[in-house]
Amino acid sequence: MKRVLHSWQGAVALVLCLVALTSLPLMAEDAPSPFGTGAIVMVFLLVAGAALVSFTKLSQPLLATILFVAAHLAVWLLLAGITGNEGKATLAFFLLVAACWLLAWRCVTVLSHISPKSGAGDTFLRLLIPAIFGAWILILWEAATRGAGIPFIILPPPSSIGARLVSSVPILWADVQQTIFKAVLFGYVVGCASGFVVAILADRIAFLRRGLLPIGNMVSALPIIGVAPIMVMWFGFDWQSKAAVVIIMTFFPMLVNTVAGLGASGAMERDLMRSYASDYWQTLIKLRLPAAMPFIFNALKINSTLALIGAIVAEFFGTPIVGMGFRISTEIGRMNVDMVWAEIAVAALIGSVFYGVVALGERATTFWHPSNRGG
Amino acid sequence: MNNAPSSVVSAKKLGLTFETSDGPVHALSNVDLTVNKGDFVSFIGPSGCGKTTFLRVIADLEKATAGEITVNGMTPEEARKSRSYGYVFQAPALYPWRTIEKNIALPLEIMGYSAADRKARIERTLDLVNLAGFGKKYPWQLSGGMQQRASIARALAFDADLLLMDEPFGALDEIVRDHLNEQLLKLWARTQKTICFVTHSIPEAVYLSTRIVVMSPRPGRVTDVIESTLPKERPLEIRETPEFLEIAHRVREGLRAGHSYEE
Amino acid sequence: MKPDSFRNRIVPVLTILVAIVAVWYVAAYFMNAPFQRDLDRRANVTSTTVEFIGKTMVQPKPILPAPHQVVGNVFENTFLRSVTSNRSLVYHAWVTLSSTVLGFTMGTLTGILIAVGIVHLKALDRSLMPWIIASQTVPILAVAPMVIVVLGAINITGLIPKALISTYLSFFPVAVGMVKGLRSPEIIQLDLMRTYYASGAQTFWKLRVPASIPFLFTSMKVAIAASLVGAIVGELPTGAVAGIGSKLLAAAYYSQTIDIWAALIAGSVLAALLVTIVGIIAKIVDRSMGGRPA
Repeated sequence: MKRVLHSWQGAVALVLCLVALTSLPLMAEDAPSPFGTGAIVMVFLLVAGAALVSFTKLSQPLLATILFVAAHLAVWLLLAGITGNEGKATLAFFLLVAACWLLAWRCVTVLSHISPKSGAGDTFLRLLIPAIFGAWILILWEAATRGAGIPFIILPPPSSIGARLVSSVPILWADVQQTIFKAVLFGYVVGCASGFVVAILADRIAFLRRGLLPIGNMVSALPIIGVAPIMVMWFGFDWQSKAAVVIIMTFFPMLVNTVAGLGASGAMERDLMRSYASDYWQTLIKLRLPAAMPFIFNALKINSTLALIGAIVAEFFGTPIVGMGFRISTEIGRMNVDMVWAEIAVAALIGSVFYGVVALGERATTFWHPSNRGG
Repeated sequence: MNNAPSSVVSAKKLGLTFETSDGPVHALSNVDLTVNKGDFVSFIGPSGCGKTTFLRVIADLEKATAGEITVNGMTPEEARKSRSYGYVFQAPALYPWRTIEKNIALPLEIMGYSAADRKARIERTLDLVNLAGFGKKYPWQLSGGMQQRASIARALAFDADLLLMDEPFGALDEIVRDHLNEQLLKLWARTQKTICFVTHSIPEAVYLSTRIVVMSPRPGRVTDVIESTLPKERPLEIRETPEFLEIAHRVREGLRAGHSYEE
Repeated sequence: MKPDSFRNRIVPVLTILVAIVAVWYVAAYFMNAPFQRDLDRRANVTSTTVEFIGKTMVQPKPILPAPHQVVGNVFENTFLRSVTSNRSLVYHAWVTLSSTVLGFTMGTLTGILIAVGIVHLKALDRSLMPWIIASQTVPILAVAPMVIVVLGAINITGLIPKALISTYLSFFPVAVGMVKGLRSPEIIQLDLMRTYYASGAQTFWKLRVPASIPFLFTSMKVAIAASLVGAIVGELPTGAVAGIGSKLLAAAYYSQTIDIWAALIAGSVLAALLVTIVGIIAKIVDRSMGGRPA
């Protein structure tokens, strides 16, 4: 009994299976291509079998593998069965999907309690667990939209977003070139660089620092994105105006963080440099800039997201007929929701890659910092 | 008769091995030790000798991997669940968002004492550690020595007979430490508690203890147990007497024998 | 106020602000001058330098309005109009504020709940936490127009869609901050609870929750600013009728630059107010929890 309670997900999955069995079929009576008996039997066997296995005392890796295979095979059979029957799924269908999901949950719980000895195994788990979670968001999304026939306009299924993404690569690529390679990169580099230079200036001149820092802190809370219409008016519809918005948005986080970072080196280390009679620039380059690196990279990371947001939102205020923000606002007007989702997926991908590149740079530069050591 | 009423802690062939990525570490091996009621036992040794680990095993903060140990005749887990000891850490570990008296009230709240009882106990224990009048202060308003006294008061509040102290004065300067040692002895005399005290200072161990347990590392083990011949009444000046120096010498010899410093 | 804090803090800030205003005036002159010259030439007017400078500061649709024009517009639309008027900044600010606050409240609560779940369920920690961190790298605001339009398609309009965007934006910082905060107690403090044989609930309420409060407020300051941005961006698409964002868009559409700047100022004042309020509450709570005065 204790083992059954331990794997409550398995127990609930079994109950769901039984309820589903009483409320067959999986698709409404008038479905054009109902499930084959073989597939139905297969799904039930997989789910019930895996649920029963989850009560046993198998070794954790084996148990997780069985649950993983069974849950995903079963749900794959279920999803494959929707084709041609969109919107015809019955209660039994969703109960089975839910049962599969519970088994996957059990699988993740088991996986979370495995602590592998080797580093590679640990990395594998670190990636696998969130991957399963992400996959299930897509699976449930797919099952809900296609199984229940949610209107395409409200929420298109991931599969059709994917199809749209693949078929619109040239358009998406043009948008990326316009928004990312021109506006974002230019604005990001100029904004971060000028923030850094002004921070060094502020560091040299105490008066400037005392004046700029409170203002910089305040500005970071303001809705700077609102300058977008002004920039469009000043610099025109093309990418220059977006780059200007990005420059303004990235300038202040860089300024504030760099100034904070330059104050981060310890008094003892600074006294040491003083005892060597090192001048301002020597101290800056040999001690204070390296000590400030974690702060500077923090700003670079914050700015990588801000730059994307700035460029995309600024395009809502007017662009030539290309660009990610332009595409999002016009396609939504035409109710081409799948194209909007495809654009968002691209934006998400680029955002992650951008962030990842900065994070890699950080790891290479500030390997000595406690947050990067051991693990 | 290992569980005679007078034995508070009794360890037999106790061992504890940590599994680490660099292979097993023998934090404790083959420790045989009995602490009797009313004892003041000090554990002394270089770092890594397992003195703190032993204290944590008594407190059920670590589990032994070999041998047996009883605390008040129970397993450490049962002893912890019946709240039979108070633990004082290296740092005061006071909650910064609670006043001193609220900090002392913390274990009492958790153990379900009534409000009136809590008030009486707070007053009494503050008195015991000479902090009367500081109850309404926040930790940051007190000096390091006073903070550590408050944390001792917190450990005393629920009247456990056993007090486990893990280098409680290690972070304080010597002048404050002398003063607190003197006060601790008075407190011990007044409350009749059994105290297990981890330290790395030889004078502190000799000054305070009725018994001194000398330990050494790799593997962590007990190399000598020295019974103190000093009287119960100990003014600070006792540390200049030949008797005191003799015991200190024995402790130092024990430490040297158990550990070669060349490695 | 101590005199040295006046000299070291207020004076530099004021000086920089004055410098910004001065630069602004100079910039306004140079940016508006070409158009003014053009006007004068067409009207065959010759004016002295002083007159000419004066004219660049009073154009109805300048490229860069002078500070006093913006201040005048803000003042007029804030204090001289009835608050129900469509031109009143108070009215627009109120619309934006209400969805900001609603979204912020929902976002903060969701964030706290998720953080509690993550701290207590290992499976949730290992599967959800990486996504929460990863999603911070995604330009979430890009989703805003779609949320508005899609919810509009199923007849959810007005306050709720905007508030949902704010919820989404404010939930991330709070969730991340609270996870950090709930995990902030040191091992020694957790050991202490263990020696008392404290239950999970007791450890949670007496140790983890109080320890997380400073983290909560720090992330709430970020969250409320993000909420406001979310609400403003949420007002951009579909020609929303009210709110700072719609005011921005309408003014941009008709090239009413002074109005754009006024709306921007209103949004900034709102942001400053909200962050300050959260900051003051944080300070009061901190004081009542025995925080050391700074």
